Amino acid sequence: MLPDATLNQYLILSAVLFSIGTAGVFLRRNLITILLSVEVMLNAVNLTFVAVDRYLGSVEGQIIVFFVMTVAAAEAAVGLAIVIALFRHKDTLNPDAFTSLKW
Amino acid sequence: MDGLYFWIFAVIAVLASLGVVGQRNPMYSVLLLIVSFGALSGLYVLLNAPFVAAIQIIIYAGAIMVLFLFVVMLLNVPTEDPAKGYHVKLLGGAGPRHFGAVLAVVLVAELVWAMSHLRLTAMPESAGATSSVYQIGLKLFRDYAFAFEATSVLILLAMVGAVILARKES
Amino acid sequence: MMAFFLDNKNLVAQLLLIGFVFQVLQISAAVLVYFERKIAAWAQQRYGPHLVGPSGSLQPIADIVKLMFKEELRPRGADTFLFYLAPILSATAAFGAFAVVPFGTSTTLFGLLDKPLALEVTDVNVAMLVIFAITSMGVYGVVLAGWSSNSKYSMLGALRSSAQMISYELSYGMSLAAVVMLAGSLSLRSIVDAQAGYWFHVIPKWYVFIQPLGFFIFMTAGVAETNRAPFDFPEAEQELVAGYHTEYSSMSFALFFMAEYINMFTVSAVATDLFLGGWHGPFLPSWLGWAWFLLKVSFLLFFYIWMRWTLPRYRYDQLMEFGWKWLLPMAVINLLVTAGIVLGMGW
Repeated sequence: MLPDATLNQYLILSAVLFSIGTAGVFLRRNLITILLSVEVMLNAVNLTFVAVDRYLGSVEGQIIVFFVMTVAAAEAAVGLAIVIALFRHKDTLNPDAFTSLKW
Repeated sequence: MDGLYFWIFAVIAVLASLGVVGQRNPMYSVLLLIVSFGALSGLYVLLNAPFVAAIQIIIYAGAIMVLFLFVVMLLNVPTEDPAKGYHVKLLGGAGPRHFGAVLAVVLVAELVWAMSHLRLTAMPESAGATSSVYQIGLKLFRDYAFAFEATSVLILLAMVGAVILARKES
Repeated sequence: MMAFFLDNKNLVAQLLLIGFVFQVLQISAAVLVYFERKIAAWAQQRYGPHLVGPSGSLQPIADIVKLMFKEELRPRGADTFLFYLAPILSATAAFGAFAVVPFGTSTTLFGLLDKPLALEVTDVNVAMLVIFAITSMGVYGVVLAGWSSNSKYSMLGALRSSAQMISYELSYGMSLAAVVMLAGSLSLRSIVDAQAGYWFHVIPKWYVFIQPLGFFIFMTAGVAETNRAPFDFPEAEQELVAGYHTEYSSMSFALFFMAEYINMFTVSAVATDLFLGGWHGPFLPSWLGWAWFLLKVSFLLFFYIWMRWTLPRYRYDQLMEFGWKWLLPMAVINLLVTAGIVLGMGW
């Protein structure tokens, strides 16, 4: 039997997920995948909040997770709307294609 | 038992997230992210936070990801073509992208090193999650009432913004 | 081995119960198909299935055998993995939602068990949220089926269906929230138990009498969620062939078909627990409560089928307009009024 997970294990997992998300934002050349990577990062942060919450025995962290989720929803809606608008103009999702300020 | 479940969910979450970032096909990226959310939801259950676990599935997997899936389907997003000589020398060449990749690797190494050198802090015994939804409700609508109202304004703004941005200019 | 089972009678009983629920759900799909065809025939003044077995009652078995031995077709250019994943997702979500639905009081099976066994697969204290979460997963089966089929009909069906499911999920959730407020609990078992007893010794304390609007919204949204007539756009035959499952054949098609009927069953069961007092009813002793439960669910299912063969299909824009401009505001008002009453009267 494995021992119960400690706080550190949760924090390390969260750090790993956050790093994966960061790498995704830097490495990918597709706007949608970049937005998805941002979601991975947000989730890593949420995991930290809930884990520390459990450690301290409070519910504040869970409330902040709730707010993070609402902000993520707003971000996804606006972000995807921008992606659609960009795709209409340039017919590609490669962020390197969007270099001009006006067209 | 909790230890075993932690490892199962943790491995699924990490592998799925790697898949999200490593996939060429955006459709599969979206689906793998949903898998990762499911694993995180399991972790929240282990952490005695059933409310967060449920809204993780309802809001993230059930609403936000459907939105992504919708856009991927509607735009018929092409799979990212391997760029000419870009991915080949991933960490070799100059440019901000490569710099970022190196930084990400350094970040992983540093965080893992820092955390593994802390002493392990076991989770305290908890009273159980029976009343956590009730407590969250009380806190949310009393102490955080202003933030809650502010979020509703934010969502309204996001909605109006999304409609205006995505509208076809005639 | 035998000793182990005798020592852990409750564990064995729980496992048997899970298997039983699973089987009942599967069989309910077959039975529902039969009754759907019979009721359709009754509504249209014809016989319906009558050749296989007495009054055609073995027809579902014949159908299943036929489906099993059909060839599994896959369109060219389809995404193989997702094409086969989609029906599995659909069926899993349909089965999963029922896991937290209670359908009777606790029983010791006439003293056979040491501890009373609750008649449900598992008791979760956030059952309402779990049901809502699993139902919202059902949309993926549909969307992936449409996308991976590489066919225009499937794609359009899937787009329509997902838009419809997302729109109606809001009203669905709001009508649930009103009931949660009245009962003061997210656990379905406590919600059902809050509906025991009578007003003036005559009217049962079912929430349908306090929340008629909530019940109406829940059932309407439930019909839209399960893609049934008059809201069955994803599979509107005249426009879209068979919608998202146009390209499916054999058992993958059967899985979609089964998922639809099990979803109907789950929506009816949840509606029974939330609004119709679950297993509470007059005349029968409490250990026969599940009979009341079954009776109420059957009534709602009959209503479902009856509606399909009576009402014409809406137009797609009408459906969206109805969902966003009528149903959702109604649900919000219902929620606000309920909240006001609960606060003001200290329910």
